[in-house]
Amino acid sequence: MSQATAASVAVQATAKRRRNYARRYVWFVVPAAVVIIAVILFPWIFTIYVSAFDWRLGGERRWVGFANYKQLFTDARFGWAVLRTILYTALAVVLPMLLGLIAALSFNRKFPLRGLARTIFILPMMATPVAVALVWTMMFHPQLGVLNWLLVQFGLPPSLWVYSADTVIPTLVLVEVWHWTPLVMLLILGGLASLPVDPYEAAKIDGASPWQAFRYITLPLLAPFIVVALIIRTIDALKAFDTIYVITQGGPGQASETINIFLYLQAFAFYNVGYASAVVVVFFILIMGLAALLLWTRERVRIT
Amino acid sequence: MRKLRRLAENIGFGFAVLVLIAPAILVFLWMLSLSLKNELDNTAWPPVFIPDPPTLDNYRDVFARNDFLLYARNSVIVSFGATFLALVIGVPAGYGIAKMRAMRAAALILIARITPGLSYLIPLFLLFQWLEMTGTLWPIVITHLVITVPIVVWVMISFFEGLPTELEEAALVDGATIWQAFRHVAMPLARPGITVATILAFIFSWNNFVFAMVLAGRETRTLPVAVNNMLTFEQISWGPLSAAALLVTLPVLLLTLLAQKQIVAGLTAGGVKGV
Repeated sequence: MSQATAASVAVQATAKRRRNYARRYVWFVVPAAVVIIAVILFPWIFTIYVSAFDWRLGGERRWVGFANYKQLFTDARFGWAVLRTILYTALAVVLPMLLGLIAALSFNRKFPLRGLARTIFILPMMATPVAVALVWTMMFHPQLGVLNWLLVQFGLPPSLWVYSADTVIPTLVLVEVWHWTPLVMLLILGGLASLPVDPYEAAKIDGASPWQAFRYITLPLLAPFIVVALIIRTIDALKAFDTIYVITQGGPGQASETINIFLYLQAFAFYNVGYASAVVVVFFILIMGLAALLLWTRERVRIT
Repeated sequence: MRKLRRLAENIGFGFAVLVLIAPAILVFLWMLSLSLKNELDNTAWPPVFIPDPPTLDNYRDVFARNDFLLYARNSVIVSFGATFLALVIGVPAGYGIAKMRAMRAAALILIARITPGLSYLIPLFLLFQWLEMTGTLWPIVITHLVITVPIVVWVMISFFEGLPTELEEAALVDGATIWQAFRHVAMPLARPGITVATILAFIFSWNNFVFAMVLAGRETRTLPVAVNNMLTFEQISWGPLSAAALLVTLPVLLLTLLAQKQIVAGLTAGGVKGV
């Protein structure tokens, strides 16, 4: 009994010492904490506050409580923006994940000029989105664009690309795929590099086919990395703004108006900052919910 | 027979790699091609691929008709400023968090990574208007910290966690303060990490569009905003537009080619440890 008490006292003392030891490092974090409070935490709190007002920039402001949220849930335009965001995100996650996996498996093999090929492959990810979006805009031109010329060469009918409500979202996803598949590739390639060699040798001795080795060894071992890539890709797809804004500004009509574009227009075109703040809060809750769900998936993958 | 099959396999694989990298090559080459042709060739059907003869008129046009140098100067000030400030406060913070194992503080920083930049802009826009700071570069530098500080802190946490602690402990035993142990022992060891953080923070700040688009006035535009305005306000003239777009993205493309290893290390470290 006294032994147990002594042990627990010792444990407490160690914990306390560790806390004191840790506390000495607080000052290293203070400047960053101040900046984070100023540019990240303050905006959130202030946004929640503003969302309770009918507030137009340059006009008057009036306390309305939850009225902005009520309006938002009955706003058909916002509802469509949410649906478009879901469609855009689904496409902009699935396609880069598939292509990124294929690319990672290819770049994991040794071949001449592999370093150069990989560098070229990751260039789109680092290129300035606005600059690239301008080039895509020119390539999408229905009469003079090089993409329609390519389609005709392959015997396919020309497309209206971003100039038609039917094709605008898949076309914007195409740009997103071009831009962000490299990041998926890098994250999965990192996983491939960390795989052990032994199971493959054992499988080879047992006469497993390459497909079986992939299906029953590579894929399960790679699963945690695939989930991380999936989380990052989902978040980035939800955040997509630059290319959509530069190429279509939400058009034609409102055919490519995602939540981000809707938010931008409310805040900085209509100066309806109270309403736009409510959009930010709802969007934030959506993102956090989704992130929590994906993290929960990751824990499950880790266990199994 | 077996040799032949292997050869066929290799050719097939080489072709697959070509297909994988073709979109990247073709878009950048097309950008270059558009920027080196006159307007007649740029709008020709079928398209003219090789500029014949190549002309630099589009580049001259960009500098003559826009305050391109002013915008370039703004971009340089903003990106270097936001990166420098992020290093000054972010490297010690990464060290402190790694030492304290304060993963909750780290998670808070992550939230900045997962929320859209646009969502910070309404309050900051109102704040800067109220402080009458619009019209200077300060609001843009400060908002870019939303991007650069999390990158630097995040990369530095993973680097400091990977460092052996014996040297620092030896310094502390010899009577060094924790600041000296950080400044003269840990920081020099973490220099590769600082390089990675600097490069990533600079690139993502340079590429950022939305903060400057909302906060910049006529004189304080950064390059991405200026280039986007060329599309909106000018008759579509593809040559100068492509030339400007290429000039904007060229610095980061060159940086990527030079520092490919660091970028890959930083992105995968941040990513794998990240979420």
